[in-house]
Amino acid sequence: MAVLTEPMSANAETTGTTQSGVDFSFTEDQQLLRDEVRRFAVERIQPGAAERDRKHIFPTDIFQEMGEMGLLGMLVPEEYGGAGTDTLAYLLAVEEISRVDAAVAVTMSVTNSVCCWPIVHFGSEELKRKVLPALATGEAVGGFGLTEPGAGSDAGSLKTTARRDGDFWVLNGEKAWITNAGYAKYFVVLARTNPEAGKRGLSAFVVPADSPGFSVGNPEEKMGLKSSLTAQIYFTDCRVPAGNLLGQEGQGLKIALATLDHSRLGIGAQAAGIHQRALELAVAYARERVQFGQPIAGNQAIQFKIAQIATELAASRALTYAAAVQEHTKQAGRLAAQAKVYASEAANRACQESLQIHGGNGFHDDYEISRLYRDVRVTTIYEGTSEMQRLVIARSLLGR
Amino acid sequence: MKIELTEEQKLLQENVRRFAEEVVRPRAKEIDESGEFPRSFFDQAGELGLAGVSVPEEYGGAGMDAVSYCIVIEEISRVCATSGVILSVNNSLVCDPLLKFGTEEQKKEFLTPLAAGQKLGCFALTEPGAGSDPAGIRTTARRDGDDYVLDGNKIFITNGTDADVALVFASVDLEKKHKGITCFIVPADTPGYSHGTHEFKLGVNASGTTELAFQGMRIPARYRLGEEGEGFKVAMFTLDGGRIGIAAQAVGIAQGAFEEALAYSQEREQFGSHLSDFQAIQFYLADMSTELDAARLLTWKAAWAKENQKRFTVEASQAKLFASEMAQRVTNKALQIHGGYGYTKEYNVERYFRDARITEIYEGTSEIQKMVIADWVLNKA
Repeated sequence: MAVLTEPMSANAETTGTTQSGVDFSFTEDQQLLRDEVRRFAVERIQPGAAERDRKHIFPTDIFQEMGEMGLLGMLVPEEYGGAGTDTLAYLLAVEEISRVDAAVAVTMSVTNSVCCWPIVHFGSEELKRKVLPALATGEAVGGFGLTEPGAGSDAGSLKTTARRDGDFWVLNGEKAWITNAGYAKYFVVLARTNPEAGKRGLSAFVVPADSPGFSVGNPEEKMGLKSSLTAQIYFTDCRVPAGNLLGQEGQGLKIALATLDHSRLGIGAQAAGIHQRALELAVAYARERVQFGQPIAGNQAIQFKIAQIATELAASRALTYAAAVQEHTKQAGRLAAQAKVYASEAANRACQESLQIHGGNGFHDDYEISRLYRDVRVTTIYEGTSEMQRLVIARSLLGR
Repeated sequence: MKIELTEEQKLLQENVRRFAEEVVRPRAKEIDESGEFPRSFFDQAGELGLAGVSVPEEYGGAGMDAVSYCIVIEEISRVCATSGVILSVNNSLVCDPLLKFGTEEQKKEFLTPLAAGQKLGCFALTEPGAGSDPAGIRTTARRDGDDYVLDGNKIFITNGTDADVALVFASVDLEKKHKGITCFIVPADTPGYSHGTHEFKLGVNASGTTELAFQGMRIPARYRLGEEGEGFKVAMFTLDGGRIGIAAQAVGIAQGAFEEALAYSQEREQFGSHLSDFQAIQFYLADMSTELDAARLLTWKAAWAKENQKRFTVEASQAKLFASEMAQRVTNKALQIHGGYGYTKEYNVERYFRDARITEIYEGTSEIQKMVIADWVLNKA
């Protein structure tokens, strides 16, 4: 029989709270940042959100301010002009911005997570010095060009090519669903550099929007995130300096997948921010709406919906924050996928139920929940559909 | 924010897992079928410090933190949910309130042997007419000199067939509703105390669940836990902590079922492939693991809050609600992955599936948890 030896029975002085391995609190820095971002979001972003959504206005002035505050290069080290915050602090900021306007949050998340992040981790020193300061300070926002009309979840099958020509790479092809296209100054782009090598034949580049041969299509009409920019981008003998290659030739897919593992946390946080707002709107409406002589919050059916929304939000946050603080472990990919799939689907349920609590008013554009309901829908789709997340999780569980 | 166990907690986890695999698992199926209360398991768990995990050593406990306690309940429940709830009741529902509300004499006389596993405790609140609404209990306690005289009946009392000590809730004044409720420490050999025999249930079948009856049962006033009329407060505090234990139990049950399903999916072949090659099965496994991880995090979060003297009522309710409903879904899918075999007694998943069901009911139904959470969100947040 197993005998539990000494450490089983701990001494009094080793059982204090500081010995507890798990810690669900935020650091003082993280709390200060969250409070500051919340104040900014409520004062500067929230007031115009409904109008921007209705008129499809991309708020360049807000991005200017966010850049100056350091919110667009949060994960960029200070030596390159960034804020150098930790991942969890970044996610708290994304959550606060998403709570007031998910469309602003997507531009923020894309610039931080899928443009700055791969440049920080895979760019040459020279490239980092050249592009990161502009991205990190709001002088430029960033974009990420992986998806193509024929290559969505199956990213490895993309057709855009890059051919070496002296000190340049020459790109040809097109990319679809590119967030920030039309405003972003730099894109991280995946292209095929070796047609024979399959998944190992892809490479990643930083493509400046002013490169010869680069062009942008008309903004897409979307169901939600209407004030964000989404368009196709085209490369027609588009010439990019050789130094703009990220990592080594052939490492493109690895770079893209690492980037997505990281960026999924940003979408988890975006979903949690929308979820939080859906809960707040449900609570406020349930308290003020009177039917049958009492606020509808007096009905147990409404109370239980609210309890469920709140509990699932706690679960989303727990998964997202836990994945963030374990991002350097071997399980990071699975944890990020779990956070993304759970948080995005829970946020969809939350918006559905919050809208239901609003009754007919929830279906009216004057009520904020109708915008949230449209905006939240994409969170189970972009940066890896729910189905792709489940594949990532299952492969990890099965050791494949 | 940090999600990493201490070295001590990791060692604890290893040791409890070994104990669970070597001692608890071999009897799990047998006691489920016979319903025989596994007293020897409790005795052995007590020797290892598992009967009073968070009780300070000076009172016979292991002196460990609340997250360690979750680890213990999860690991035991992972192989045998019945054994998990026996421990959870002794730890959460008996030792915890004695530690929090007991006098020094009460701690010496009762807490110390309970935490050391020399005595087994039970918690007697529920009555035929008072389940989710404990303010409606009818058991009475009449003051008579230096004693109280208790009369009434309790039902659904886990550990009831074997308990040496019961915490009994009775009213000193029925008119006062919940303000009349008072808690008493009752040795099971007190004249007028009796218990029923084993009752067959859907799951956690060997947990000694039965009824208790008190007839002119004379209890010295020094065995009153807390003040007169403080019983409701004692019960509510106790159940807040107990919910963390049940959440951990649900996580353990689901973890056990998940592991069996994961293994089975990689052995079983149909259509020339392993089940694990089918996307539908892969997606079941992905969802099971995601919800399991979320439930464990919520449970640890509630335990962490309790350990650090933070407000934890809502956290405990959320953990209990989420984990118990998760366990229902996960054990259901685990059984589904096993197909027809899962419906037979040849495999363990049918037991996990049955055992999970009670976690949504005892120590506050899912509906009670939602009332607690909604009240907080709507009126207090």
